[in-house]
Amino acid sequence: MIVVSALIAGLLFGVGLMVSGMANPAKILGFLDLWGRWDPSLAFVMIGAIAVGSIGFAIAKRRKTSLLGLPIQLPASSTVTLRLVLGSAAFGVGWGLAGFCPGPALVALGAGYAKAWGFVAAMLAGMVVFEVLERAKPLWRRA
Amino acid sequence: MSIDLVSFTPLLSLAGGLAIGVAATVLILFNGRIAGISGILGGLLAWPRNDVAWRTAFLAGLVGAPVVAGLAGQTMALDIQAGWGEILVAGLLVGMGTRYASGCTSGHGVCGISRGAVRSLVATATFMLAGFATVFVQRHLTGG
Repeated sequence: MIVVSALIAGLLFGVGLMVSGMANPAKILGFLDLWGRWDPSLAFVMIGAIAVGSIGFAIAKRRKTSLLGLPIQLPASSTVTLRLVLGSAAFGVGWGLAGFCPGPALVALGAGYAKAWGFVAAMLAGMVVFEVLERAKPLWRRA
Repeated sequence: MSIDLVSFTPLLSLAGGLAIGVAATVLILFNGRIAGISGILGGLLAWPRNDVAWRTAFLAGLVGAPVVAGLAGQTMALDIQAGWGEILVAGLLVGMGTRYASGCTSGHGVCGISRGAVRSLVATATFMLAGFATVFVQRHLTGG
């Protein structure tokens, strides 16, 4: 059941990205181009998603376990760190360069676009670099 | 600024947004997990690896969405304007950045703001500003 609900959620998320037009990098760049011919569509996606999501998370916050009996895992941290801000800034630059963020890139990969495969490969490499640097940290401290 | 009325799709974008909200709700209420794509994917690369089954299932649904839509006769045409160099640099920045930030457009932008998390508001404001600035430099300063 855990796998079935995750699969349905992923499929619905992907369909939402396709219907909303957000799988298309040109549409993302149209939103990010405030000084050109601006396409406000992305704001409408956020409004729709947050309207439903705020109900879902309000229910989740009142529960300790999920409907399948799993612990509800909400991030505990509330401190704004330099790591959060710099990481988000780097992400935003990449987002603006290609018009892809992780979700839409995976949908475009599923649709068979070669550049989406290239983007996802580079993104995975970036994530591996993060893992390696994180794991190397205790080694530096010991040295 | 002028609004691009030809590209603007308010109803479809709102409808897609509602579907994304339902997807995030399903994942938190049934699996107890945040629908953050970079976190779900990054968790598969972390060591020790955890929760491989549900992470893989969610990502299979996401990647499979256009395949299922194609079987139903629905195709989509994407316009990827970036060149290969930009694509690869952007991918690296997005991969590293989202992991350091502990989230992307979905985990911070949708789920985090939905639950009123201050960290997510700051993250979303930051990546949006960086995105606006990048497109401004590229389209209006360097003319690329």
